[in-house]
Amino acid sequence: MKTAHKQRLQSGLLSLLILGCLLGLWYLATLPSGAAAGTKLTPEQIEYQKMLGKSPEVEKANNGFPTLGQMGETIAINLADPFYDKGPNDKGIAIQLGHSLGRVALGFGIAALLAIPLGFLIGMSPMIYRALDPFIQLLKPISPLAWMPLALYTIKDSAISGVFVIFICSVWPMLINTAFGVAGVRREWLNVAKTLEVSRWRLAFEVILPAAAPTILTGMRISMGIAWLVIVAAEMLVGGTGIGYFVWNEWNNLSLTNVIFAILVIGVVGMVLDLMFARAQKAVTYVD
Amino acid sequence: MSTNDLFLKVESLAKSYPGNSEPVFDEVNFGIRRGEFVCLIGHSGCGKTTILNVLAGLETASAGHVFMDQREVSGPSLERGVVFQGHALMPWLSVRKNIAFAVRSKWPDWSAAQVDEHVEKYVSLVGLSSAIDKKPSALSGGMKQRVGIARAFAIEPKMLLLDEPFGALDALTRGTIQDELLRICAETRQTVFMITHDVDEAILLADTILLMSNGPQARVAEAVRNPLPRNRERARLHHEPLYYPLRNHLVDFLVSRSKHLSHGRAPSTPSEVHPSLDNNPDRPALHRVA
Repeated sequence: MKTAHKQRLQSGLLSLLILGCLLGLWYLATLPSGAAAGTKLTPEQIEYQKMLGKSPEVEKANNGFPTLGQMGETIAINLADPFYDKGPNDKGIAIQLGHSLGRVALGFGIAALLAIPLGFLIGMSPMIYRALDPFIQLLKPISPLAWMPLALYTIKDSAISGVFVIFICSVWPMLINTAFGVAGVRREWLNVAKTLEVSRWRLAFEVILPAAAPTILTGMRISMGIAWLVIVAAEMLVGGTGIGYFVWNEWNNLSLTNVIFAILVIGVVGMVLDLMFARAQKAVTYVD
Repeated sequence: MSTNDLFLKVESLAKSYPGNSEPVFDEVNFGIRRGEFVCLIGHSGCGKTTILNVLAGLETASAGHVFMDQREVSGPSLERGVVFQGHALMPWLSVRKNIAFAVRSKWPDWSAAQVDEHVEKYVSLVGLSSAIDKKPSALSGGMKQRVGIARAFAIEPKMLLLDEPFGALDALTRGTIQDELLRICAETRQTVFMITHDVDEAILLADTILLMSNGPQARVAEAVRNPLPRNRERARLHHEPLYYPLRNHLVDFLVSRSKHLSHGRAPSTPSEVHPSLDNNPDRPALHRVA
């Protein structure tokens, strides 16, 4: 017990050390090179910069990559007022995130509603499994973004197209895992249910579902991971709202600090989503 | 005894698999009386488990019929409780819920309190009241098998089918659970059909021991009536004068005679054997009643 605790402490310290090294590297790499470049500008140039809305005193002449200080400033500004809404191109990070999460939830939810019952059916019937297998195998490897033009053309609504892309990317892992889990339910449990003359309904919900739940949750976790990857790309294409659009918009604004901030947010949210599914998975896992 | 007295009747049962010229077993005929404890012994591969599954309604035979209480067995039924080889408990449910699952299947209209009371009664019957809210993974192999037995008894079936229930247990645990099973069966006058590999287990538990010849085309060759009194006890068993004649007969069958009776050389109706003491103690005679 004691060694386990000690090891955990050690790995925590090591993590902090790695973080410190990365930040230190960042700090060193963005140090102003030698004499401040601002002094080399002629007064006319400074005037011109000011007319463009830039302040050469602040704008440093390193390679343009933001310093740690600027990064911290941006994070503080963004987190200070995450819910502001100043028109279509200027919304707080929380609002953008909300849009993305809403799309993911909707697409993922519809996919789960379809994939889990269908997976049940496929898992229970080898005949249906064989019939649907070629379609699944063909459709599964298609990049969800390849569906985008088709979705835009047929649905004619960019927001719904985004949801559709999430749907199509999260449906496969859930479908396949559900079918796999259901097909793998132990014969002996099914036999117990048979000798007890259990109804089909109880068989599905009280035997097969709990038996296959860990596998189904694994599929859902994979699906959620993919959906969160895809939503950023989809929103970059579709535009309008969302964290992906935020990244694209800030790139157009050449605000690298905001882009980096968005990247961090995407990472943190993705991690939290995954942790949630890991928890759920743990809750339904049984020791045999 | 007329055949109408029989509670369970197996007639000309056969099972063959496509691609095999000879059936695994055929012409299997035997009967079980109400309240009787019957053990089926035979070597692996002679189709014992298949016969039990057919009785349970989980498998269908290629030919023949099974009648229970004058009605033909055509599928699984709550009238027959099954204890499986592996305990077959659902690992995500506690002991209480595993048994409640069975109880609710039998009496769907019962209230939660009724179900719970019934469950607790049968859990205490197998001596597991202290572990009632544990998951199967927290139980030892013997305890798991006890839960399996409690689950089968809890639905109060007309007949109990046990498929080598103690095969995976160590000798000490096995002995304890055998005693328990014997006591519960005596209390409930349960009709039991059990498969086993263990000769001593059969002598202890069974009123009639069915001996199965080797496959292919295995048959039930003999029905040996246990001459030992019904209040048998494990500790006293080997002091009974008839214990060794009976045991020798069973072991002789399994070791030598069973293999000469494969390929349908066994009789289609098992000969009834009543082991008894002979004048010559070295060679116990067996009175056969065909």
